[in-house]
Amino acid sequence: MNRFVWPFLLALTLSACGTTGGTQATVEDRTGGTTGAATTAGSGSAATAGGAETTPLGGQGVAGSALDGRQIDASGDPRKDPASPLSSRSIFFDFDSFVVKDEYRNVLETHAGYLRARRDARVILQGNTDERGSREYNLALGQKRAEAVRRALGVLGVPDAQLEAVSFGEEKLRNEGDSEAAHAENRRTDIVYTDE
Amino acid sequence: MPAPLSFRNFPSCIAPKSESGRERGHVTIRTLPARPVSYVICLLMLRAVPLLSLLFLLGLLAPFSARAAMEIQVIGGAASKIGVALVPFQTAPGQPAPALTQIAGDDLNRSGQFRLIDTSGAQQPVEPAQVDYGVWRGKGVEAMVIGQVVALPGGRFEVRFRLLDVVRQTQLAGYSYNISAGQWRATAHQIADTVYEALTGVKGAFSSRIAYVQKQGRRYELKVADADGQNPRTVVRSGESIISPRFSPDGGRLAYVSFEDKKPVVYVQSLADGARRKLAAFKGSNSAPAWAPDGKRLAVVLTRDDASQIYLIDADGSGLVRLTHGGNLDTEPVFSPDGQSIYFASDRGGSPQIYRVPVAGGEPRRVTFSGSYNVSPAVSSDGRHLAYVSREGGRFQVTLHELASGQTRVLTDSARDESPSFAPNGQAVLYATVLGGRGILGTASLDGRTRARLSEQGIDAREPAWGR
Repeated sequence: MNRFVWPFLLALTLSACGTTGGTQATVEDRTGGTTGAATTAGSGSAATAGGAETTPLGGQGVAGSALDGRQIDASGDPRKDPASPLSSRSIFFDFDSFVVKDEYRNVLETHAGYLRARRDARVILQGNTDERGSREYNLALGQKRAEAVRRALGVLGVPDAQLEAVSFGEEKLRNEGDSEAAHAENRRTDIVYTDE
Repeated sequence: MPAPLSFRNFPSCIAPKSESGRERGHVTIRTLPARPVSYVICLLMLRAVPLLSLLFLLGLLAPFSARAAMEIQVIGGAASKIGVALVPFQTAPGQPAPALTQIAGDDLNRSGQFRLIDTSGAQQPVEPAQVDYGVWRGKGVEAMVIGQVVALPGGRFEVRFRLLDVVRQTQLAGYSYNISAGQWRATAHQIADTVYEALTGVKGAFSSRIAYVQKQGRRYELKVADADGQNPRTVVRSGESIISPRFSPDGGRLAYVSFEDKKPVVYVQSLADGARRKLAAFKGSNSAPAWAPDGKRLAVVLTRDDASQIYLIDADGSGLVRLTHGGNLDTEPVFSPDGQSIYFASDRGGSPQIYRVPVAGGEPRRVTFSGSYNVSPAVSSDGRHLAYVSREGGRFQVTLHELASGQTRVLTDSARDESPSFAPNGQAVLYATVLGGRGILGTASLDGRTRARLSEQGIDAREPAWGR
């Protein structure tokens, strides 16, 4: 079934994420609509809902170390097993691109399977950019990378209530160098489980 | 260019900042009678006039001498400048350093509109009667400042200064301040504001404040400092990034974006008591706050319904209204001074460009047409100019755009400029750039010929915003 879904998923994200693509209306019907029905819709006090999603981790340092997906944990959590695709937490993008590449199929399918099996699990998808250009504009660009991964997981059957796409723009550079290789490390979406 | 020695708008002279409410009369100002009575131009309020409440705060929180200095470098210069001599004031024992004329002179220098004339070796008059006008005219001086500092009981000081028109041999302004040592720098900025307004006809902005974010390792500090970068005080500390601080129109609050909640959330914080709350924390990203001129609502960018889109929200977090539609990327909103429209950056045309949309809603109109990357718009207080960041040949530079003519001018020679914002009087642009691998803050005059650097040793500063 996964193999069945994948080409469709790619096509969807491709059309959804083209910067100036004209096919966005159809995509909005599928994904944007469910976002609009999200539970946190409401006034500014919805902050508490967002906070509740994200507080279990507590200190910021913990979030930072969890992102690289290389933590080894003896607790038996499959997400911590370095042999599992669940330990892969970053989806990298080409320059000026917002398309999920085919090489991440297995990683995303595995995460989708985990999320479908555990309906109480939630992930924040954090889009990132390299550091060139305006911080706020990059924040909006990073959002497109987060949305691309959110749509991919949605197509793989993960309910929207388990997903939140946000952006860190250029605020969480993994590599602060100025080389193309450094920029490539920064163009990514991180998958962050809220209970980790 | 301002006409030298123009006396337009003069009656408003050193108008006190109108931050209402919690002001204290800790500074008293009164006029000094002008000797040639025929030219008493500035009739000042004899009642105690409070300086901005910041003076009070600074006096308590930030001793003038405690912080490492931000240096000022004037790189270029305008063609026509007003020749001004700041004669060092007669000193009082125990007075703070540096000298008032040094601080005020740096202010005037940064504006690019004055030529400060060396006073060393000349007579150092304290009273107008001691001024040999011919000598100063011979040095090219058009206006001069003289004064003295007198020690008062209780560690306070009286600062008396006069601004003299050297050509007409008259007094343009004269004030006496009764201050504490902690109000030293603020007094110098008031003197610079008085000189600036008297000589250019435009209100000075030297007593205003800036906000910026300083990064040290993995720590982020949101700071508020004087317009010359001095007296920084930290208003937020965080282990996660902070971006996009924006002063409320009355200067009493800061809106900003914090990532401490594992996502971007817009906070509003009172500077008086440090209390803060989340203004926008909807599902998805919340960013790019911009205050309406009346301070009653803000524009923010949310992703709760769609891609990054612009919304309006009341300052208390209620009344959310979506302003832009279409699924393109819309961000970095900023209100026009009349509050009727919003400029913003959008990729709706295929590349990032600046657009303008009525606040009441309607079809956005494109404003920038040259180049393939124009972002981060700021509007001058008179509504005449936009400043934004343009990418040309791989360089990101602050560009000034005259709205009436559409003419543009690059204001810097750096390559990684970000976050331009106008001085409250619209006469300079504050921005961030990168030099030697670290972020620095700079100001540029509107003609681009004077740039000043506000930089502190070893710090990484970014995301500046100019407030009142």
